[in-house]
Amino acid sequence: MSAAVQAKPHSRLLLSGNDAIARGVWEAGAKVAAAYPGTPSTEILESVSLYPDLYAEWSVNEKVALEVAIGGSMSGARSFCAMKHVGLNVASDAFMTVTVAGVVGGLVIAVADDVGMSSSQNEQDSRFWGRFAHVPVLEPADSQEAYEMAKYAFELSEAYNTPVILRLTTRVCHVKAVVQVGERNPHDITGFKSDARRWVMTPANAKGRLPEQIAREGKLQALAEASPLNFIDQGTDKRIGFVTSGPAFMHVRESFPDAPVLKLGFTYPVPVALVEKLAAEVEHLVIVEETEPLMEQELKAAGLYKIHGKDLLPRLGELTPNILIPAIKTFLGEPVPPPTTYPKFDPFPRPPTMCAACPHMGVYYSLARMRKKVQISGDIGCYTLGAGHPWNALDTTISMGASMGIALGMDKARSEETKDKSVVAVIGDSTFLHMGMQGMLDIVYNRGNVTTLILDNRTTGMTGGQNHAGTGKGLKGDDAPRVDFVKLVEALGVPPERIKKIDPYQLPVVFKTISQEIAIPGPSVIITDRPCVLSEFYTKIKPYRVIDEDCTGCGNCINVGCPAITVKRAESKVRPDGKVNELKFTTIDTAMCTGCHMCVESCGPKAIVLAQPVAVAE
Amino acid sequence: MMSMSDVITNILVCGTGGQGVMTAAEILSQAAIAKGMDCKKSEVAGMAQRGGVVTSHVRFGKKVWSPVITPGTADILLAFEVAEGSRWADMLRPGGVAMVNTNRLVPPVVSAGLFKYPDDPVAQMRAAGVTVYDFDAGAIARELGDLRLINTVMLGAIADYLPFPASDLEEQIVGRFRERKPAMVEVNQKAFAAGRDAANGAKLAVSA
Repeated sequence: MSAAVQAKPHSRLLLSGNDAIARGVWEAGAKVAAAYPGTPSTEILESVSLYPDLYAEWSVNEKVALEVAIGGSMSGARSFCAMKHVGLNVASDAFMTVTVAGVVGGLVIAVADDVGMSSSQNEQDSRFWGRFAHVPVLEPADSQEAYEMAKYAFELSEAYNTPVILRLTTRVCHVKAVVQVGERNPHDITGFKSDARRWVMTPANAKGRLPEQIAREGKLQALAEASPLNFIDQGTDKRIGFVTSGPAFMHVRESFPDAPVLKLGFTYPVPVALVEKLAAEVEHLVIVEETEPLMEQELKAAGLYKIHGKDLLPRLGELTPNILIPAIKTFLGEPVPPPTTYPKFDPFPRPPTMCAACPHMGVYYSLARMRKKVQISGDIGCYTLGAGHPWNALDTTISMGASMGIALGMDKARSEETKDKSVVAVIGDSTFLHMGMQGMLDIVYNRGNVTTLILDNRTTGMTGGQNHAGTGKGLKGDDAPRVDFVKLVEALGVPPERIKKIDPYQLPVVFKTISQEIAIPGPSVIITDRPCVLSEFYTKIKPYRVIDEDCTGCGNCINVGCPAITVKRAESKVRPDGKVNELKFTTIDTAMCTGCHMCVESCGPKAIVLAQPVAVAE
Repeated sequence: MMSMSDVITNILVCGTGGQGVMTAAEILSQAAIAKGMDCKKSEVAGMAQRGGVVTSHVRFGKKVWSPVITPGTADILLAFEVAEGSRWADMLRPGGVAMVNTNRLVPPVVSAGLFKYPDDPVAQMRAAGVTVYDFDAGAIARELGDLRLINTVMLGAIADYLPFPASDLEEQIVGRFRERKPAMVEVNQKAFAAGRDAANGAKLAVSA
């Protein structure tokens, strides 16, 4: 990352799409940059923050990030914000109106779609926002283009008085490729100038601007037709011409080196005349787009009825060569290349696990013990892993901050069968501050009977450990004001006697506190306060080991879910009553163990002791 | 030794989260770029969590289009963990080579008895016709006094099977330490050499 920051102009570097965008943003002279972390976009702002002479922040959520960027743009600063696809859903309220108001300093919104779904709850196609909001969409295919388009997006934004979407996918963000960088073009801040008709979007003012928005779209259409970002890459095999954008272009070029390809980098408005030009040169035209048939439908609506697209290609996931080649060959009636030579062995699944000593384990260990009595509404973060083995203690995950609203709805919609169950919401610190506070307030206001567990591990864990308003640190690791969760939920109206702050490593305390709180009607909050083991706030304690002779094979420690504990020997034992006990004798990987002692608390026979060799007489 | 032709080299590096798969792929990529090649390196890690399946696709040559190695096209599979090697065996092209660290990392779902770890993944792969050069990179690293050297051992193993001299790859590794931790240069050189010997020894054993 620092290599790109220190790079001299015109040097050649191996950069991820995210790092390349950061370089482009800086070179464009941006002065304000904001984001909330989200895979695969997280590293963009981390990288931006390393450059000098610009303001960069972690915002509490994507809507605020966009609003900060809007304020920067209104003040004449080139401004930038980044988010993952679902982040733009959160930011959409501000987005749909800034597109009416327009910009002063260039305003660029990088939005990263998780095509293939490596770490997301859906696979939505952000290109739709272009049509929805009447703004241009740029789609880079690799790091070099990501860098160049990030720079160009600011010019486009200012020239056409519009925010610009830079649409990325995982295969741009997380692929490293060779980039030749340039140098920073300073862009002075002009300062905010009052102009109510421009910035106060009352109906009367906004109405006046709508015709301008429509006219702008027409001009952008003409620009897309002439843009050098859209070009026909000639080919000799005229049987099929392809129209494609983003990383799909790379897959098409790899798969069909001789085919003519219309490569689109400026994809909304769709340059229809360019497509018609290619269509006239080839026998068949195939639109290759990940994931929705957006261009295909636009082109069909424009009268190109004979084109192909999703009739040949899948609507989900990436369109890699192993998907494209068989589909196109089948269409052409050509033999399809044989499947692979060697088999794919599927030895066992290896799902991501919580880390050794992860404080979330103590909570899920306890929830699993009371599983039949509770409905558990979950949220988005590392603690979503509580749905997996061995806890199986999570019932829902929908969107950021949804745990509490959904819990309240469950509380208000009880059947004969569920009327006696307790409803629990589980949410992390960063997610609570992102979009959870409103749900909490709704529970209080509407007299819900929900116990909310705020798992405060003092970081944004799932995205790799970013700071937020509850960590006491800023984006650059500088000291920052730290929110007090106890005071916060008290201010939201949770009775002080129903707010408990506990140590998640103390298993009996965790179990007892949850049991007590779910038994009392009304809203209550339990806050756990151990830091993430990967964060700077965590300090290792001394590792433990299992005394073989004392281990009874009960398997309780396995149920904590710590990856440092493994089964050394399994045994079936027939009890006097004829029932069979499956015994699991365990061992602890002392190199991995950091001494949280949750397993010690779970061990009846006290077979788990400190690993440190203690001088004992033989 | 190949010249810089239109041929693209495809290396799939696989293992589990936290093993150094990404670092190894990064070093391979930097070595290719230092030779003036085009290069793309793709990372696939499901959720930013530890312990899960991790792969990195490294492609280099004159001009690389797609960043993805598709099934049946990898020249080399560099597996940091033996069962992970078998998981990705179908990525190899006919005649491709799997370089496998025989180290076994047992995930919690296996140790809890929900799934079984295969008895001998290398034998499974060989039975299916895969050329496997197997060696215990963990034991080599431990012998040299630092488990973190596994990464250098694995890169040493692949070094004689690349379209550029082994010394170019070695320089990428050693160069990193020379600046930051000069004390680690010598032991990394040893680890690199031991990795080369291990893979070449395994190759001889296979051809014998």
